[in-house]
Amino acid sequence: MFEHYLSIFLTAVFMENLALAFFLGMCTFLAVSRRVDTALGLGIAVVVVQGITVPVNNLIFRYVLQEGALAWAGLPELDLAFLGLITYIGVIAAIVQILEMTLDKYVPALYNALGIFLPLITVNCAILGGSLFMVQEEYNFAESVTFGLGTGVGWALAIVALASIREKLKYSNVPAGLRGLGMTFIITGLMALAFMSFAGIML
Amino acid sequence: MTRPGRVLLEPIFDNNAIMAQVLGICSALAVTTRLATTLTMCAAVIFVITCSNMAVAAIRRIVPSSIRMVVQMTIIASLVILVDQFLQAYAYDISRELAVFVGLIITNCIIMGRAEGFAMKNGVPLSFLDGMGNGLGYSVVLLAVGTIRELFGSGTLLGYTILAVTRDGGGDGGWYEANGLMLLAPSAFFIIGLLIWALRTWKPDQVEEE
Repeated sequence: MFEHYLSIFLTAVFMENLALAFFLGMCTFLAVSRRVDTALGLGIAVVVVQGITVPVNNLIFRYVLQEGALAWAGLPELDLAFLGLITYIGVIAAIVQILEMTLDKYVPALYNALGIFLPLITVNCAILGGSLFMVQEEYNFAESVTFGLGTGVGWALAIVALASIREKLKYSNVPAGLRGLGMTFIITGLMALAFMSFAGIML
Repeated sequence: MTRPGRVLLEPIFDNNAIMAQVLGICSALAVTTRLATTLTMCAAVIFVITCSNMAVAAIRRIVPSSIRMVVQMTIIASLVILVDQFLQAYAYDISRELAVFVGLIITNCIIMGRAEGFAMKNGVPLSFLDGMGNGLGYSVVLLAVGTIRELFGSGTLLGYTILAVTRDGGGDGGWYEANGLMLLAPSAFFIIGLLIWALRTWKPDQVEEE
């Protein structure tokens, strides 16, 4: 039982890393990876949001949207799965907003540290992608918690690693046309190659 | 060049959303292993971006600015649901292959960026052209990456054999040794990186200062 969850977690962190294997959240990934401390802040915010939104969307999918899920309300034939996309994005936006207000009220230190990153997360496709993969894989609630945290940790790991490399890169002499964005793409490609060596590991 | 012409053509090379502004790359990379899926994705994005631009431009005067993001998001999400349902009905295989990436058009920052940056300030016809231009700019990059990856990765274009692949590479006894790296995720990063390099060598004013 424990191994099953460990396997979901590690697969999400390494083998199927959202950033490096599925290219999700790339816009923020490339834009906010200039410095390690900001990358770390964003990474932690993603872990928190992903750990909450994936399980919540899991509950919404299973008890409201799925075919026959509304049987308890006397509507056994109803299939609302087509409303999935708009519901998930709404849920994500709402949770980010609530999280922002809660942090502001009760944990102002953390709120200030995460600052501008929280609202940015709504349009981070890693978050929506996590929920969509969860639906596709038909995870149950406990599995979705594990999967959400795993994908968040994997994404955070990738962005912190990229930021550390980019900090060192300041001291190297990159050809003019490749400077900045071009070089970042190539480094991300090399990191994706490195992460592929985890493929095929079975737990 | 006239204003409408500039609005349409500028986003294709001079101010390409993917190459110059680093927007909307997420989906650009994952769907490019085969040209057929790439074309579907391009058509979907062009449809969503032109329609959302026109819709946002049409209601720009009556939407209070405090809720404009939610309104834009809802418009975009509804359009994406249309595309998703359409693909599932008429192109089921391709829709299976694109999987979650059709849904992820919602969070494609190009679309949100154009709605917020252009359609909120301009009329419906200009917004239509702007959506078209940005959609085409996105498609140019995607098609370039898709062509390179399918041609060198499996020796075909749109499923037709161009380079006959050797028996070892899974083909039926041709001469071309397929480059398996092209079908894997990292190659997309390398190709975009090199495309950016090429574009910036051609247009040196886009080079970044560091």
